[in-house]
Amino acid sequence: MSGEGLTVRDLRVTFDGFTAVDGVDLDIRPGDLRFLIGPNGAGKTTLVDAVTGLVKATGSVRFGEQDLLGKPVHKIARLGIGRTFQTATVFEELTVVQNLDIAAGAGRGVRTMLRRRKDVPEPVARALETIGLSRLRDRPAGVLAHGQKQWLEIGMLLVQDVRLLLLDEPVAGMSHDEREATGELLRRVSEDRTVVVIEHDMDFMRAYARSVSVLHAGKVLSEGSVAEVQADAKVQEVYLGRACEPEPALGPAPTPAPAAASVAEEA
Amino acid sequence: MTTITETPPAPLSARLRVPGAFVLGAVLLLGAAPLALSDFRLSLLAKYLCYAIVAVGVSLAWGRGGLMVLGQGVFFGLGGYAMAMHLKLADAAATGETLPDFMQLYGTGDALPWWWKPFANPGFALAMTVLLPMAVAALLGFFVFQRRVKGAYFAILSQALAAALSVWLVGQQATTGGTNGLTDIQGFFGYSLDDPVNQRMVYFVIAAVLLLLMAAARQLFVSRYGELLVAVRDSEERVRFLGYNPANVKLVAYVVAAGMAGLAGALFVPAVGIISPALIGIVPSIGFVIGAAVGGRASLVGAVLGAIAVAWAQSTLSDAFPGAWTYLQGLLFVLAVGFLPGGLASLGIVLRRRRTRTPATGETA
Ligand SMILES: Nc1ncnc2c1ncn2[C@@H]1O[C@H](COP(=O)(O)OP(=O)(O)OP(=O)(O)O)[C@@H](O)[C@H]1O
Ligand SMILES: [Mg+2]
Repeated sequence: MSGEGLTVRDLRVTFDGFTAVDGVDLDIRPGDLRFLIGPNGAGKTTLVDAVTGLVKATGSVRFGEQDLLGKPVHKIARLGIGRTFQTATVFEELTVVQNLDIAAGAGRGVRTMLRRRKDVPEPVARALETIGLSRLRDRPAGVLAHGQKQWLEIGMLLVQDVRLLLLDEPVAGMSHDEREATGELLRRVSEDRTVVVIEHDMDFMRAYARSVSVLHAGKVLSEGSVAEVQADAKVQEVYLGRACEPEPALGPAPTPAPAAASVAEEA
Repeated sequence: MTTITETPPAPLSARLRVPGAFVLGAVLLLGAAPLALSDFRLSLLAKYLCYAIVAVGVSLAWGRGGLMVLGQGVFFGLGGYAMAMHLKLADAAATGETLPDFMQLYGTGDALPWWWKPFANPGFALAMTVLLPMAVAALLGFFVFQRRVKGAYFAILSQALAAALSVWLVGQQATTGGTNGLTDIQGFFGYSLDDPVNQRMVYFVIAAVLLLLMAAARQLFVSRYGELLVAVRDSEERVRFLGYNPANVKLVAYVVAAGMAGLAGALFVPAVGIISPALIGIVPSIGFVIGAAVGGRASLVGAVLGAIAVAWAQSTLSDAFPGAWTYLQGLLFVLAVGFLPGGLASLGIVLRRRRTRTPATGETA
């Protein structure tokens, strides 16, 4: 366990009058493997966008000692915060090794940049092992299968040596085996880094989450361990009340907890 | 799920391909062409090679960097005028005058404008042919890329700048020669340009510069910077999240391309004997990228051969069908960009893909 924690206070993101993130507080300890769940449109991606500098936000976001809000995207990345996207984005025309090598290189000097990459740098080789793509390293990333692209993205964060990984639906579209492999990968990664995973897959969440935050309509609806969150009546209401949700079954015994009415609920 | 196996290491023949092609190019340009071509044709080739030098930069900035550089005329012009100003001053000095001929005709007859004076120094003028375009590109690029001006607006802005420079030059007849430009250049660093031997020498200089710049560009293409540039072209946002500022990455390519265009403009002056607003405005600026587009902007050799071929076609066809060339030029551009973005260099790949099109590997970008 090492690294910095993420502290979010009263975070708000507004798009032309519509508030997508509405006063979110989050405390993510170093070494946590936090799952961020919630129905479509809850504001999960927007929250990550705000933390990584992609959208303007008010409130405060601290990573260790650093204030993040207002910093440009690339400066936040250099503080050790990396993310993936809901749709895997890798550099399709570059090979797997080139993708990883670029991710490793934000601090390189001019001389190194102007020279050709002779061999596979050590961190890149290690990441190739970790994500299981060593055999495909000279393939253009564009021909990789969907799951492999997701792994490549995670590998890019590993060589980038980020302290905090923000992963937006990393197992969407993966087969059962691939999900398991990804889950194990995340477990290993979170041993010395902090990982936040946005996910809709409840089985996956149950199997790997160390802690969970439930987002709904831009607010944190519930927070705690998997069991605690599953037991939360508000969470069940949100999930069971929606037919569009792919996996509404959240837990076996719904034990209502009417005391916690402090969290405002809005439709 | 697609199964993909490891790719074998490239055979020796593949590794020798690039140096081999370079040697072949050198033999053709420095050996075969001067032997086979008449003085007249060689001087035409020298002019085409200047366009090819611009295309090397276009290939870097547009082909690799995705920057629609539709205003290279500005940089070509700055390089050309910097060189021509020096040569005019040297010509005047050789005949004992203090003012270039056109200033005596149109000017107020007074002293040389202050901004002409430093160009009497050959070192200063030579440096300016490259540094001036690079400085202008750095200034423009800094604002454009920091502010994330999108592709189409960048292209329009570049065109507007090319138009503005040529209009300004036309308006300053007393100090820039106006519409006529700087013409009737006699000497090149002490050598008379009337002498065919010296004209051949100019050709050799141009050919050597082209080969050197191609080698340098090739090194940039395969360097880590080259890989990063392609990454920025394909997904700028993603690069930002890796901790790079894409604005700086693009700026380097843009400034280098501007320097190359400037040098090309400077070499154009002794090769053709003139630089004028008509050579650097909107239409020529589009012309500078058409060769690269037709030949294949992402391929260095494709862009260079395309530039030479299009320049040759222009001088051949515009004599036969004056007026029609502009339309043909536009048509070529649209066809190349719209239907064959990889240019002729990609024709082989496109055809092969057609023939062996399998739905299983539907992913082509
Ligand atoms: N750029 C934008 N402009 C306007 N509205 C936006 C923008 N981005 C997101 N939104 C809106 O903000 C809300 C939250 O979107 P967000 O993408 O954060 O949801 P999410 O929780 O990630 O959903 P999903 O599970 O579907 O990915 C949605 O209603 C969405 O329509
Ligand atoms: Mg989302």
